[in-house]
Amino acid sequence: MATQAANRAIPAPKEDPTTKPFWDAARAGKFLIGRCKDTGKHFWYPRGCSPFTLSNNVELVEAKGTGTIYSFTVMRSKEPHAPAYVELDEGPRIFTNIVDCDLDTVKIGQKVKVVLKATEEGGAPVPMFTPV
Amino acid sequence: MSINGAAYIVGAFEHPTRKAEGQSVAQLHAEVAYGALQDAGLSKDDVDGFFCTGAAPGLGPLNQADYMGLTKLRHVDSTDMGGCSYVMHVGHAAQAIKEGRCNIALITLAGRPRAEGMATGTVPRSWAPNIPDDPFEIPMARTVVTSYANVAARHMYEYGTTSEQLAWIKVAASQHAQHNPHAMLPKVVTVEEVVNSPMVADPLHRLDCCVISDGGGALIVARPEIAKSLKRPLVKVLGCAEATKNQAGGQVDLTYSAARQSGAAAFAEAKVTPKDMQYASIYDSFTITVLMQIEDLGFAEKGKGGAFVADGNLISGVGKLPFNTDGGGLCNNHPANRGGMTKVIEAVRQLRGEAHAKVQVPGCKLALANGIGGLLGHRHGSATLIMERE
Repeated sequence: MATQAANRAIPAPKEDPTTKPFWDAARAGKFLIGRCKDTGKHFWYPRGCSPFTLSNNVELVEAKGTGTIYSFTVMRSKEPHAPAYVELDEGPRIFTNIVDCDLDTVKIGQKVKVVLKATEEGGAPVPMFTPV
Repeated sequence: MSINGAAYIVGAFEHPTRKAEGQSVAQLHAEVAYGALQDAGLSKDDVDGFFCTGAAPGLGPLNQADYMGLTKLRHVDSTDMGGCSYVMHVGHAAQAIKEGRCNIALITLAGRPRAEGMATGTVPRSWAPNIPDDPFEIPMARTVVTSYANVAARHMYEYGTTSEQLAWIKVAASQHAQHNPHAMLPKVVTVEEVVNSPMVADPLHRLDCCVISDGGGALIVARPEIAKSLKRPLVKVLGCAEATKNQAGGQVDLTYSAARQSGAAAFAEAKVTPKDMQYASIYDSFTITVLMQIEDLGFAEKGKGGAFVADGNLISGVGKLPFNTDGGGLCNNHPANRGGMTKVIEAVRQLRGEAHAKVQVPGCKLALANGIGGLLGHRHGSATLIMERE
């Protein structure tokens, strides 16, 4: 039995002034993540301060867009979808969805790559992942 | 500064309603407050400390206190850590009493999500405006059930935990609920019935999930001299601690909960160990929530919780760790989507010897209540309370 991931309507992210550059980049097809310039470590979700030092010495950098599934579930609703944690190759584990595949074949440890998915009402696209 | 022995739980009341079509949220708070005061043998003008959360209407210490006519308050605390807040509030009340900031603390919880038709666990929702993680998680369909399901999936992957093992938690709760005339789900279920119930979010089935209910509860915490002047059995606060766990900038680890920290701190303050506990109220929003706490509180080794809960080990009179003898959130109620209050109340019943005769732990002297608030797979709090019958 196959459970194709639904092309559900995705609510537009509510942008705030601090994270606007992240959403602008997403509109331009780029997937950015936070980087703490004090420690060199990447972080998620994007924000104006470092979750490692609290300083505002942070930047947004383009991620490779590849990673590994750390955990996932399949919401068995009329529109099946798969909220998941993906461990990015840069390190952070991020909350996302696994999309564009048969959800019954998804496995923890599987390699995935980013897909920027359009959202409702012309909102910025959001980073989801599909098996490589 | 330790709160061991600084305060006693002198009053406890659980609202009997499970669907409050005829009462407002403020009125439910008033009814549980009155019930707990009656239980203690006190009246509302004895209350000089008031504890509530965002579940109380408006600014609780102002609007809800006003509704109830609490005019003698000199200490208020509306610290909100979701469903575990009321476990934590017992500790905060003991601290305030120890410092002389109040003598008699009232803690209330009430709500009516069922009457309001709230899709508590399966619809993405924001708690409030301007939450910085919402833009990154609401589009991802972050719901209560998908957050906990991710934890369960990782636990199964890491430790080989099975759906049948999780199902035993529900089975034990249902064994207890059959004796509770107020329980929403009083029917005894089997492991097979749990694992064959519809899948909601893999690996959590419908019967791995708690009920949605209205109602509430209240507690009265008082200083020792006052407790000893009242006529109720003495339930002493031995230790209480809280902890939080969040995403740490993306360093997510779903294999343990904040109960690891809150539990260790509370046991140290109480000067007892998990092995000493004769009864435990363990927050049961989902079966996986219970499993995680059982490991993180030290009742079982990490990864061995599945084996620990199997074969009826949580059933009173059968297993080693009687839990949630009122049927818990899985079978009895989960008022206002916040289960911490009823966790403390059932522990108090056990320590007083006032639980249902079929589930009462004989000579129950030491008990624990643990709560988990927020989303276990995203950011959550844990509060641990240890109590002794004196």
